This record gives sequence, structure tokens and C-alpha cells, in this order.
Amino acid sequence: MSLIKSDERTPLLEVQNLKKYFPIKKGIISRTVGQVKAVDGLNLTIYEGETISLVGESGCGKSTTGRAIVQLDPQTEGKVIFKGKELSTLSSMELRKIRTDLQIIFQDPYSSLNPRKRIGDLLAEPLLAHKLTDKSEVSRKVDDILEIVGLSKFHKSRYPHEFSGGQRQRIGIARALILQPKLIVCDEPVSALDVSIQAQVLNLLKDLQKEFQLTYLFIAHGLGVVKYISDRIAVMYLGKIVELAKTEDIFKNPRHPYTQALLHAYPIPNPHLRSRERIVMEGDVPSPANPPKGCSFHARCPLAQDICRSQAPALQGDEHTVACHFPLG
Amino acid sequence: MEKNFLEVDKLQTAFQTDKGEVISVEEVSFQLRPGETIGIVGESGCGKSVTSLSLMRLLGHSGVIKKGSITFNGRDLTKATEAEMRSIRGNEISMIFQEPMTSLNPVFTVGNQMLELINLHMKLPAKEARAYAVEMLTKVGIPRASEIIDEYPHKLSGGMRQRVMIAMALSCKPKLLIADEPTTALDVTIQAQILELMKKLRDESNTAIMIISHDLGVIAEMADKVIVMYAGQVVEEADVFTLFDDPKHPYTKGLMDSIPHLEHDSDQRLFSIPGTVPTIHNMPKGCRFHTRCQYATEKCAHEKPPLLPIQPESDHRVRCWLQQDDPHRAPIQPRTEVIA
Repeated sequence: MSLIKSDERTPLLEVQNLKKYFPIKKGIISRTVGQVKAVDGLNLTIYEGETISLVGESGCGKSTTGRAIVQLDPQTEGKVIFKGKELSTLSSMELRKIRTDLQIIFQDPYSSLNPRKRIGDLLAEPLLAHKLTDKSEVSRKVDDILEIVGLSKFHKSRYPHEFSGGQRQRIGIARALILQPKLIVCDEPVSALDVSIQAQVLNLLKDLQKEFQLTYLFIAHGLGVVKYISDRIAVMYLGKIVELAKTEDIFKNPRHPYTQALLHAYPIPNPHLRSRERIVMEGDVPSPANPPKGCSFHARCPLAQDICRSQAPALQGDEHTVACHFPLG
Repeated sequence: MEKNFLEVDKLQTAFQTDKGEVISVEEVSFQLRPGETIGIVGESGCGKSVTSLSLMRLLGHSGVIKKGSITFNGRDLTKATEAEMRSIRGNEISMIFQEPMTSLNPVFTVGNQMLELINLHMKLPAKEARAYAVEMLTKVGIPRASEIIDEYPHKLSGGMRQRVMIAMALSCKPKLLIADEPTTALDVTIQAQILELMKKLRDESNTAIMIISHDLGVIAEMADKVIVMYAGQVVEEADVFTLFDDPKHPYTKGLMDSIPHLEHDSDQRLFSIPGTVPTIHNMPKGCRFHTRCQYATEKCAHEKPPLLPIQPESDHRVRCWLQQDDPHRAPIQPRTEVIA
């Protein structure tokens, strides 16, 4: 964690009031009958050199946010400002240029690599597409990057199926890294991996960050993983951030009842703690097509009052922000 | 103390493939008493699911139990006929699977699928059978059970589907419930609900549970005793407290150290086991873990270690030469990180 106060640091990326709605279509002429509000008014500032994590249950909009930030699925409303430029106003040529600084690593290392291409070609592709390097240089750069992520140049002529899950994720990382980006969106990069391999990939991501001064937006659902890698954590619920704070504050002093419930639900690998007191939250995440009125968490919240059912709380606070009418602690 | 009702002795399961026979589970033994929970942990491909499928004899055409015995209530299941197995499956031993999304039939309603099982094994009159299905659904915490019973699976969320699976699995009051990664596909808050539910039902009905998971957290929450598997072999077994307090096998230790703990400092580097799980066609000689083990010696590379108690009469068993040989012998150079 850097010692500089957050307001003195330079923001690398700003997300303002981001909304992403997916239409629900029905009938032969596909009339739009409703909208899934996957992300509904999200504000986030990412500073240079930090790792900020988005956590939440499936369907809370964390991946949609990540994809909107790299403009794979452009937002319905709101702004994504990267290095002072608003991405949605850029032409496709300009966007392509800026993408060299803005890369993404996908969750599933099995489906995100083209099975018909050799690793060397897969890694050279970003360089050639962006015309960043001389053709003669490409091969050397690919060798370098393979070494950096812990593979060897002898792997260049192999196909993706010849690699294990952990190795494929290293290739995914190499692909994002070869353009020397500033910001990498890591969309659940270790969820599909075994525990022992997960640790290797997390260590690698941490080392690379130090070496290349990378900024990460890390999307995950495992709290242990997030704790290990992040400087700040944003907890999402139903398309909104409900709590955002430094990692230690989230874990030591959670203020939103949902954050607390998430922490309580996490199984601790210590059998002596199994009878600890904890709140098991009831019910499922409501459908984002038909979110509840007021605070979206009120139906599952043990502390809900009348005001929670009618009024949505706003994010409040400076360093440790929380969207709750009755925050804890 | 109640007697063991299930004794698995030196079970070996193999599959016929194009490239010849592969032994997926080399040697697994354990015993289970009523109401007891056994956890099986290991990484993908270590044979934990095949162990459970062998108990149910759901191995398909290519799989065979080659050696060993499964004694269930005094009967050897490896010698049971297919008809006998049919009367046991879903009745005395039932199973819930990892993917609640794919393990229910999408073209039948929840009620249809539950009644199939209840009719087959319990032979209740139609009205009573339906009432019983509704009762089971209510028991696993499904709201509006009398309406949900007529819904198709796609209308239910993942957590609800897993509850339906549990209701189905428990409706014939089985002696043993096999849960193969029951919460892996679910979110943490739903996972916590399902685990609580399984604990509650276990305590009420005295059903024994065999829970298979790669998540040591889930195992620590649920199990009484634990088997750690690696590459088709049991490498360590102990009761849950001993295993977590004092793991002996380097693999178990590595597994425990590589999970990011909530209470640890995040500046610490995670321990990672170098390399990957060997493929089944390419098993290392000697100890199967020696290629990834930082304490491996010459002996580990050539001789297979047996699974032995750490002290005579102890229930804590380990498959490692280091535990069985002179502990003062110098290990060979620890290897540097092999590429994953």
C-alpha cells in the first residue's frame, strides 16, 4: 500500500455512474419487454499502481463492469474515463490505440485461447494487430514474455490443449502483458484453477505488478484470494457498490451487513472454529430484472427497517464508503 | 460406539481406454459409522469422484472395480448384481452431484422427478407420495413447496436446485449420503446455507455423509475424519483436528499453506506447490508426489511408500518415506520452482 493519501494520487481510470442494461426480448418480433439492470449506477476511481477488487455473488454485475471498462460490452449510460479520455466517445481507431494500455485476462483458460493456433502465434497476435513492433522483433518479444510468466520459448510451437489449466492461465497473462499495458482487468483469473496452482498464479500476478508497475482491477468471488492481492475492495450487490474500503478495513471492520454476511459465510479451513457464532444469510440474490425497491439488500438483511424498504441508501464516507441506512460499527 | 456399517477395503478402480487400461484409484480404504462424516480432499484428477462413483457402481461401461471390497451392512457391493445395486442406489446410498444445473432433468417437473424415486423405493399411494415430497421440500427450506413441486428446474436458482437434489437424496432415508462437491458451483452465502442444512439433516436423521471437496474450508466445517488423495492414492488420513493441526505429508502441508487465509497478513507470499498433478498415463515411479516434493530423496524416486500409521495403533496414517525413515537423514537439495 502506498503511503500517499488517495487524493494526491493520480487516478488512472474513472468510472462515473456506469449503467449497463440488457434488454429482455419476447415474442416473434422480439419486442423489448423489460431490462436486466446488470450494473446500475456504479462509481469507481482506480489509482495508478493499486489493485482494486470487485467482489460479490454471481449476477451482481462484477464481470459486466469489467467488460464495460475495456469496452467489450460498452455501457448503456455513464462514462469510463481512462487517462483523461472518455472511452465511449472515441472512434474505433482511437479505441484500438488506447487498448494497448487496457487489457483483460479472462476467467476460463480453457475457452479463451484459440485451440487451432500455436502459442507463439497467439502471443504474437496482439503485437501484430497493434503494429507495435517490427516483424523481426516479434519473435524475441514472445520469447521474453514466455520467460517472464514462467514458461519457456520451447513452448512456442505447441497448441493450447497441450497445456494444463495453470499454464494456460499463464499464457492468458502473457497475452495481456505483451503490450505493456497500464491497467489489466483480471476477470476471475484463478477461479477455474486448483488450490496449489491458484497460489502459483496469484504469486505471479503479484510479482508482475511490482516489476512492471501494473494496476489491476481484480474481479473475484473468493474472499481469501481478494484479501491476498488487493489494496482496496469494492463489494457489489445487485449492480451497485455497497461498500468500498481498504482491504484491512473491509476484513476487520465491515460496515455493510452484506459484507459481514459474506465474511461469515466464508468457510474457514480450521476445524476448531467450526462452532463459531455467525450469521447465515437467508434467501437468494433477487433478480436484477426486477430489483426490490429501496435498498436492494433489504429482503435478506437482518437489520432492515421501514426506510430500507422505501429509500435506496447512497454511498457515504470518504475513505471507507458504505451504502446503508444503518451501517455497522 | 456404533459399529461401522461401511467398510471399504483396498478399493482399486480402473478404466479401459484407447491407450490401454488406466488405474484411476489405486488403493482406498476407509470405514464409516452411522452419523459420521468423512471428507475426501484432493485436486482435480486425484480420483476422489471415482471413489464415490465406485461405491455406487456408476462407472459406465469402461470402468471396473479391479480389486478390493466394499462391505455395506454386511454385504459386499462389489459382488452385488445390477438389480441389487438398483435397489440400493437412491434408497440406502444416495448421492448429490456437483452441478445442480445439469443433474436435474429439464423436461420434467421437480415433483415428477421426486415421485419417480419415492414410487420406486417406498411404494406409497399417489396422494401420500406427493404429500411426502412436499414435506421433504419444506424440510430442506424451499418456500412455497406445494407450488414449487410443479415447477420445472429452470425456474429455480442454483441454491434451490441443490436443495431439491438434497430433498431427493434424503427422501428414502439413506444410510449414506455421498455429496460430490455439493457447493462448488454455488456462491459463498448459498454454500453456507447448504452446509448448514446438511449438518442439520445429518444430526436429525443420523445419516452418514461422505463429502468430496477440493475446498479445505468446506472439509474443516463438515468432516469428522479426512482422507487426502493425490494422483489416485490416499496420501494421508486422520481425524479432522489432527489433520489440520499436524499434517504430516508434504502434499497436505503444501495444500494447507497455499490457501489464502482470511486472518493472515496479505503481504505474506503464498506458498505454492511447484509443478502440476502428473497425468494418469505418466505417473512418476516411486512416490507419486516426489517430482513436486521439496523433501524428496533418492529413495522416494524409486520405491513406493506404503500407507502406514505414524505410530503403532494410531488412526493417523501417512504415505511418505520421510515419516517412516530416519528423520535425521539429510534430504537432497530442495528443487527450485518447476514451471507449472
